[in-house]
Amino acid sequence: MATLEIDRVRKSFGSVEVLKGVSISIADGDFLVLLGPSGCGKSTLLSMIAGLESVTSGEIRIANDVVNDLPPKDRDIAMVFQSYALYPTMTVRQNIEFGMKIRGVQPAERAKATLAAAEMLQMKHLLDRRPSQLSGGQRQRVAMGRAVVRDPKLFLFDEPLSNLDAKLRVDMRTEIKRLHQRLGTTIVYVTHDQIEAMTLATRVAVMKDGVVQQLDDPQVVYDRPANTYVAKFVGSPSMSLIPARLAVDGAGAVAVFDIPNEKPARISGIPIAKENATKFNGQNVLVGIRPELFTVSDGKPGRTISVHIDVVEPTGPDTLALFQIGGVEVTARVPPKTVEARKSATLTVDTTKIVLFDAVTEDRID
Amino acid sequence: MAANVRSRHRQHATGRALIYGGLLCLAAFYLMPLWVIITTSVKHLDEIYAGSFIGLPKEITFDAWRSAWSEACNGTACKGLKPYFINSLIMVVPAVILSTGIGAINGYVITKWRFPGSNFIFGILLFGCFLPFQAVILPMAQTLGFLGLAGTLAGLVLVHTVYGIAFTTLFFRNYFVGVPDELVKAAQIDGAGFMRIFVSIMLPTALPIIVVSCIWQFTQIWNDYLFGVSFTAGENAPITVALNNVVNVSMGRKEYNVDMAAAMIAGLPTLIVYIVAGRYFVRGLTAGAVKG
Ligand SMILES: Nc1ncnc2c1ncn2[C@@H]1O[C@H](COP(=O)(O)OP(=O)(O)O)[C@@H](O)[C@H]1O
Ligand SMILES: [Mg+2]
Repeated sequence: MATLEIDRVRKSFGSVEVLKGVSISIADGDFLVLLGPSGCGKSTLLSMIAGLESVTSGEIRIANDVVNDLPPKDRDIAMVFQSYALYPTMTVRQNIEFGMKIRGVQPAERAKATLAAAEMLQMKHLLDRRPSQLSGGQRQRVAMGRAVVRDPKLFLFDEPLSNLDAKLRVDMRTEIKRLHQRLGTTIVYVTHDQIEAMTLATRVAVMKDGVVQQLDDPQVVYDRPANTYVAKFVGSPSMSLIPARLAVDGAGAVAVFDIPNEKPARISGIPIAKENATKFNGQNVLVGIRPELFTVSDGKPGRTISVHIDVVEPTGPDTLALFQIGGVEVTARVPPKTVEARKSATLTVDTTKIVLFDAVTEDRID
Repeated sequence: MAANVRSRHRQHATGRALIYGGLLCLAAFYLMPLWVIITTSVKHLDEIYAGSFIGLPKEITFDAWRSAWSEACNGTACKGLKPYFINSLIMVVPAVILSTGIGAINGYVITKWRFPGSNFIFGILLFGCFLPFQAVILPMAQTLGFLGLAGTLAGLVLVHTVYGIAFTTLFFRNYFVGVPDELVKAAQIDGAGFMRIFVSIMLPTALPIIVVSCIWQFTQIWNDYLFGVSFTAGENAPITVALNNVVNVSMGRKEYNVDMAAAMIAGLPTLIVYIVAGRYFVRGLTAGAVKG
């Protein structure tokens, strides 16, 4: 178990800078998810933590020791790869024992550790098979078993679930979470799947183009995204970002939406600090509203908005209603059968959870 | 409609017959020399001179084989092909092992431990595949003289090893390119070093291409004549050179049966290699990437 600090780390391949000063710090026992689209540098960063790629500049510290120049084997880490990377000519048992053998662990001890890992991951019956005789999910288990027997300070996972089908992915996700709860080892986990990030992480680092956009608890990332990029990337359906003008009245900040040929719609009670309300008064902003902040109005006046529903998409537990405000498409998650397509509806907005963004910088306004 | 189907059926059958007939003819055509060699080698010389060249022998005798193996003269001595067969064995075994081993390491480094300029080096090696034998003879002779290996079997081993590296490297590079890099990374994290990864991970996956490389190199080296005749002489000659000498010696009647038996003896090892390992050769050439 260990802390991990990534301190102003940069990485260039030739003249291309892939990581542009990444700083991340997590506590002992944290489950850090590096979340971002393909090509943003997640795997590169993970490889640098593992020691498989060199650090161009900056420092990486595991348990307060600078590891920049340590080879992978001396970092006390274990890694699970996207393709599992099981040694194809070895049996499952040999795969799991290979690392221990190299470290000079005695045969009796090796067998014990292998058996314990196999029991924990329910794969005792697979020990004498070869990787080619295993299904995707079984290979995944073996790869995890190989990591677990190492009993490392730090687990590294690179998109371990992306080669599995949807059902298995959900099962294995739970399995990984259980593993973390059971072992309590610090984990760094790379994924482009925001649901994986939300369900697994204790800390999420959202990345874009080699820059960390936000490092926070998953709930904070969801509720208070640092900028519109994070707001759009996390959550499905994603947060609606509606162009508006900020005004200030006696009660506080008000978002004013221009609606063609009608008088502007207003949502009052936007939760921002007084000095920011003053600073952005009269300026263009983006109002971020998650689908579940809308409820079908009970008719009482207040924080309501009248909309014309375009499309209704039932999902089972609830229904997604799509409509236009201020020229952009907005999604609301409402109970089934409460709204109808091509009809008007009055919706109430939970304004306490609205997030406001600067229309120019696209950063959150607090 | 039924007639139509039947006629199409008949067309199909005729087509097949034509194809197989053609293939049989071609096979017979190609096997003809082998047939002549084998039958002639077990005939009495008198029978051959009596004019029967293609037909079956009246009486089978292995005298010619014995003579070719242990008595035939090659201009200097009359000890048969045996010593030269052994020469060829002494030459081919280390040359095959060395060239295959070096090719494997080269392929491993070029694909899994890329360094600046590794592609360039591979390009140069590839160029070696297109280098004709004749072009390297003079520089090679100079090098062997410089190393004090001129005229020795060890020198011939060196020549064949060096010349073979271009091909074996190409084989192994193309195979290892299909082995996922993540295997090497996983092994590094497990604590394995350069050689350990090569021996424990890469070589076991490479079995099919090892077979290909060995067969290829064995055939090339065993059958080589030019390097053999250029870089060795007398006692140290490989079997191909000795065969040529035996056949070209003219004393009295030409012993066709002995010549044919000698040719068979010289060709037998490669024939056996293909019969025993030919399946693996094709499988190795068509083997895809290893999935982890
Ligand atoms: N060895 C390398 N040489 C050159 N460019 C690389 C190398 N590895 C990765 N890159 C580049 O770095 C960027 C980030 O890659 P990667 O870390 O794999 O992204 P992610 O895992 O987030 O999808 C990509 O644009 C990729 O092309
Ligand atoms: Mg990646």
